[in-house]
Formats: sequence, structure tokens, C-alpha cells
Amino acid sequence: MVICGSVRESMNTMRIESVTVPELSQAVVDAGAVPLLVLCIQEPEIALRRIAASALSDISKHSPELAQTVVDAGATAHLAQMILNPDAKLKRQILSALSQIAKHSIDLAEMVVEAEIFPLVLTCLKDKDEYVKKNASTLIREIAKHTPELSQLIVNAGGVAAVIDCIGSCKGNIRLPGIMMLGYVAAHSANLAMAVIISKGVPQLSVCLSEEPEDHIKAAAAWALGQIGKHTPEHARAVAVTNTLPVLLSLYMSTESSEDLQVKSKKAIKSILQKCTYLPALEPFLYDAPPNILKHVIGQFSKVLPHDSKARRLFVTSGGLKKLQEIKAEPGSLLQEYINIINNCYPEEIVRYYSPGYSETLLQRVDSYQPLTN
Amino acid sequence: MLGATISSPPPTAFFSYNLLFALLEEIETRRAEAMATLARLQARSTILGHQYYFRNSVVDVFRKKENDAAVKIQSWFRGCQVRAYIRYLHRVAIIIQKWWRSYLGRQHYQLIVKLAYYAMKMNLYNAMAVRIQRRWRGYKVRKYCFNYYYLKEYLRAVSEANDAIREALDEFADMQEREEKKATLEREEKKRDYQARKMHYLLSTKQIPGVYNSPFRKDPDPWELRLQKAKPLTRQRSRVKQQHSVSLSDWLACTSARSFPQSEVLPPIDRKQCQGPFRDIAEVLEQRYRPLEPTLRVAEPINELKEAREEFRRQEWMRNVNDKMFLPFSSYHKNKKYIPSMHSSSKYGPDSYGCQHFRDENPKKWICDKNFQTVLPSFDLFSKYGKSYSKAGQIV
Repeated sequence: MVICGSVRESMNTMRIESVTVPELSQAVVDAGAVPLLVLCIQEPEIALRRIAASALSDISKHSPELAQTVVDAGATAHLAQMILNPDAKLKRQILSALSQIAKHSIDLAEMVVEAEIFPLVLTCLKDKDEYVKKNASTLIREIAKHTPELSQLIVNAGGVAAVIDCIGSCKGNIRLPGIMMLGYVAAHSANLAMAVIISKGVPQLSVCLSEEPEDHIKAAAAWALGQIGKHTPEHARAVAVTNTLPVLLSLYMSTESSEDLQVKSKKAIKSILQKCTYLPALEPFLYDAPPNILKHVIGQFSKVLPHDSKARRLFVTSGGLKKLQEIKAEPGSLLQEYINIINNCYPEEIVRYYSPGYSETLLQRVDSYQPLTN
Repeated sequence: MLGATISSPPPTAFFSYNLLFALLEEIETRRAEAMATLARLQARSTILGHQYYFRNSVVDVFRKKENDAAVKIQSWFRGCQVRAYIRYLHRVAIIIQKWWRSYLGRQHYQLIVKLAYYAMKMNLYNAMAVRIQRRWRGYKVRKYCFNYYYLKEYLRAVSEANDAIREALDEFADMQEREEKKATLEREEKKRDYQARKMHYLLSTKQIPGVYNSPFRKDPDPWELRLQKAKPLTRQRSRVKQQHSVSLSDWLACTSARSFPQSEVLPPIDRKQCQGPFRDIAEVLEQRYRPLEPTLRVAEPINELKEAREEFRRQEWMRNVNDKMFLPFSSYHKNKKYIPSMHSSSKYGPDSYGCQHFRDENPKKWICDKNFQTVLPSFDLFSKYGKSYSKAGQIV
């Protein structure tokens, strides 16, 4: 291929070919185009670079072997250098190329990281162009999802804060890769989830959950919250204090949400509930949760109430004990056992006072009482 | 009768005839007396016999009684004798048994004392071992498994890095905005300049005021001033193509020192050299920060199997979309509820003791109300493999 002005058109055709079918991409690579594309990327003309970058991105997206070929041709170093270029469209293509390379395997992601993109990539998260932000957060997501060590690297470089700010400044589909990146980072280990929490990720995610109109973004936010809150009671408490649990519950129960959203919010509720010991957040669940979730909520109450006197007082004054008595459970089932444990924490008169029908029994006693006539 | 005839002495004299006749008379009288007594006795004999018989028979009645009494007295006395003897034997036997039992008891006591001493020692060792283990386990967990202070430090460092990055990014965003504004302003300026050069001919002359220099205005329009400053544009000039050479330094306008997180400050050059031959720093660090190598037995908690199963169950519960487990399709048609027969569904069934459990249970004696859990700790058979200093057993 001759490097001249008309190479743009030939690259356009090549790009169209490689977008469509993996075999065509393989054919393009077999023709030895990749080193030439890498040369084209270094050319001065912007449009040429754009198209070369997009061609590389489309070639490497199909399979790990093709991505490996692109990396072997030395593309990552040049791509990483060009991240600082001010042209927005070029940056889009470069970031998309890097993310397509990094998504396939751990080794490729490590090679992309070794090209020293951090912390430069974080500047792209502050770009004016929406798609640059989206591609940058996609790249960070693809790197973070492989192993805890890569996520640790991103967290240590301050990437989590940058992504959270980026989520805060966009709307709609642009936010999605950032939300998923937070979920992936938090899923790896409890320490990383704690790092996400202290970077103030949870309020941002709950804002996303409530504000966004689209179901798939809500589903991603619910999934990310579940990953953050599932590790220890501290994490679950951090998620619960932001009042996201009622939102998740309403999403799960509403008939308008899609299947995917319902499934994801149910899993998130389950994983947070298993560890949540923050009782004020659990109380709304007593009132409008379906029975299978109610069982676990009451289980959590039965774990905390026997040991904490203030919580017991709060439980009574907020009307939780009253609601608990109204729950019907089969004797011998786990639910009944939990209810018994909670009832044993209180004196008998109080339990009887709150049991349903107590006022009727009292009135009956009043009716049948014969005052002493002297 | 007078059988024994008196052998008369040899006759000596006549007067012996007198003696003899006297003797013979005496004998005769005596014989007659004897015969008379005999007759008398014989006469009395029958009476005597009868008297004898009757006296004996009268005595007979008492004979048995007296015999019985005598027997009773004798037997009683013999019984007393024997009892005294037996008492004596008992006393002696008790003394022997006492001594033997005291000997056995002392032996038993020594055994008990030995066992109690042994138990006391073992309890002491166990208590001391528990103390050591307690301290060690606390230290191990706090240092290697979950180090709270390291975690706090790490989170603090992460939040500091976050703040630094946020500041840097804000600065970068500001810088970008400013540059963009500057660039737009410049572009506008250039455009206006170019337009002014193109419209140069609209400049006002001394005679004719130009379009922008209307006499009815107080001041000339700014365009007028611009036209005055602009150089006339000639058409023949060919546009020079500019090479876009993009280098990092052109666009790296944010030269603030904190744009990107820097590495740490290098130490000053005139630091005093440390003296002495030093070990290889990599070796030292390796030894100093060598990670803990716990044996398999210590690394896992003792009920890890149970905990792993619980964890697995919890994850499954988290993952499952539907909480009701699916029935296998082969049992799909077996959905009839079992109705037990009347014999087995009444209250008065067979007692479970003897059929289902065979030992009496005494709940008051139980230590706690849960069953003991079976734990199988792992044994460290191969923990020292490859780690001890000895080279015995290696194949040459």
C-alpha cells in the first residue's frame, strides 16, 4: 500500500471490511496490513490517523489472536502517546482501539497498562466530548475487570475518583461503562470495595439508580451496588445509609421494570441483606417486602436485636414489633424461629400488647368483669 | 448256799466238838435264817418285781421329759459354745479384712493421687498452651490476615491520591477551558483580520467617508479602525500548507507542577555515605518482609468445611433468580400428597424409646443445647518437606 493521500480511501474500505466479519479481519492481517497501519498512525495528517486508529480498533476487537498481532506490531506505545492529542475524534478512536485490545485477556490488558497510559487516561475523563469520556471509561473498565491487581493499580492511581466525577458529569448511556467499572472494581475484593466507598461512589451510584430513565443503566447501577455491599457488614451499612434499599425494592417489585432489571435488583437486595446489620435501613422492608426476602430481613433482625438494647428500643418505638406480630409463619419453619428469637428479647407483656387482637381481648375482659358491689 | 463249806480245821480236841457243834448250829441257824430270808425274799420277789416294774414305769413318764430337758440344756449350751466360737472367728476375720482393705485402699489412693497430679499438670500445660496460642493467633490475625492499621493507612493513601487526582483534573479542565477560549478568541480575531484585509477597499478616504465611518456617528465604527490597520490582501499569494507537527510540548500547556502526580523527591546529593560492607538489599528486604508460611493445619479454620459449605450456599442463594428449587422432571407426575393411614397417624403411637433411640437422655445434664460438631483437623504430614535443613534421604 502506498502511503499517500489516497490511502485514506483504501483504509476506509479496509476498515469497513474489518468491521463486518472476523474472517475478513484475518484476511486483512494476513495481507500484512498491521505494521503499515501502525506507520500510518504516526503520520501528521489527522484524518489519516483517525482512520488508521479505527481500523486497528476494528481489527483487534474480534479475537485475542488478532489483538495480539496488533500489539506485536508495536501499536500500544504509539496509541498511548497519542492520548494527549487534542483532537476529540482521534482520541475517541485511540481509546476505543486500546479498550478493544485490553478486553480480551489479562496479558493484553497488562501490556496496555505497561504502555503507561495511567494517569494520562484520567485526563480524557475530563474531556468536553462525550464519546471521549465514554471510551475512556470503557478502557478503564476493560482493564479493571480482569484481576484484582489491575483494579488495585487503577485505584492507587486515583482512577476511581476520576471515574466517579465523570459519572457525575454525564447523563444517559455515557455513564454506563463508568458504572460497570465501579462494579467490577468492587467485585474483586473487600478492600477495593472499601476504596470505592471512601471515594464517595455510593451516593453517585444511588443518584444514577434513581435518576436514569433507562432500564439497562438502572440494572447496571443495581448490580454495582450489590457488588459493593456484599462483602462485610461495614460495606452493607455504607450502601444502606444512602437509602438505596427501598429504591431497589421498588424496582424489584414494580411491574414496569424489565426482566433483567428485576433479576439484578433482586440479587443486589439479597447480597446486601445477607450482611446488613444497619437496622433503620431494614425497617421499611418489614412492611412491603415479599415473603422470601422478609425471611432474611427478620433473620438479620434476630442476629442484631439480642445484643443491642438501643436497637431493641428503636425497634419497638418504630412499630417494628407490632408489624412482626402480624406476620404469619408456619410453626417449625425458619421464619417462626427468627420470630421466636426476637420475641424472647422482650418481656412477655410487651409482646402480648402488640400481638394482633389484644385490644379485643382487653375489651372482652372489660365486658366480663363484674365490679365488686359493696 | 453254804457252798463254801468251811473247811473244818483239823480236829484237835473234844472241845472242838463243842465248837464244832456250836459252829454247826450256827451254820444251821444261819442257813435257816438265810433260807428264811430267801423264802421271805422270794415271797417278796414277786411283789418286788411288781413294785420294781411299777416304779420304773412311773418313772418312765418323767424319763422322757427329763431326757428332753437334758438334751435341750445340752444343745443350748453347745449352741452358746459354737456361737462364741463363731464370734471369735468373726472378730479375727474382721481384723484380717481390715488390714487387707486398708492396704488395697492405700494402693488405690496412691493411684488416684498420681492420676490427679498428672491431670493437674496436663491442665496447667493446656492452660499455658492456650495462652500462647491465644496470643499467637491474635497476633497472626491482626498482622497477616486482616491488618486494620494497614487497611486504614491504605484507604487514607487512596483518598489522598483521589483528592490529588481530582485537583489535578480540575486544574486540567480549567486549563483546557481557558485554552479553548483563547483559541476561539484567536480564531475570531484571525477571521476578522482576514475579513478586514479582504474589505480593505471600504476604508474611508479624505474625500469620501467609508461605509463604517458615517458622518452621523460620533465615533468611527471599530471596523474602520481595523480596516485602517489591515494590510491589503493580494490574490496571487498561494496558501502555504502548514505542517502539522504535533509534539507533546505544544499542547502540554498545563505546566503546573501538580498536573500529574509526581514521583517522590530525590534525596539531596551531599548526603553522607553510609559506612561498611552491606548485604544485597534485595536479600535484606526478602528476609525482613518474608511472608508468613503457615502450615496447612493453621491456615484453615477448624470448621472450614462447614464454613465453605455455608458460603457456597449463600452464594447460590445470591445467584439464584428463583428461590424454589426445580423438581426433577422424572418426578413431575408424582405430585400426590401422602395421606398416612389411621394406624400411624393417631396420637398414641409406638414409643420411640427402644425403636428409634436406645439410650435414655437426660437434658438437665447437657452442657449446651446444641449438638457437638464433628471437626476433622488436617494433619501436617508434608509440611516440612523441602523446608528443613537436613539433607538426609536425598538421592545421590
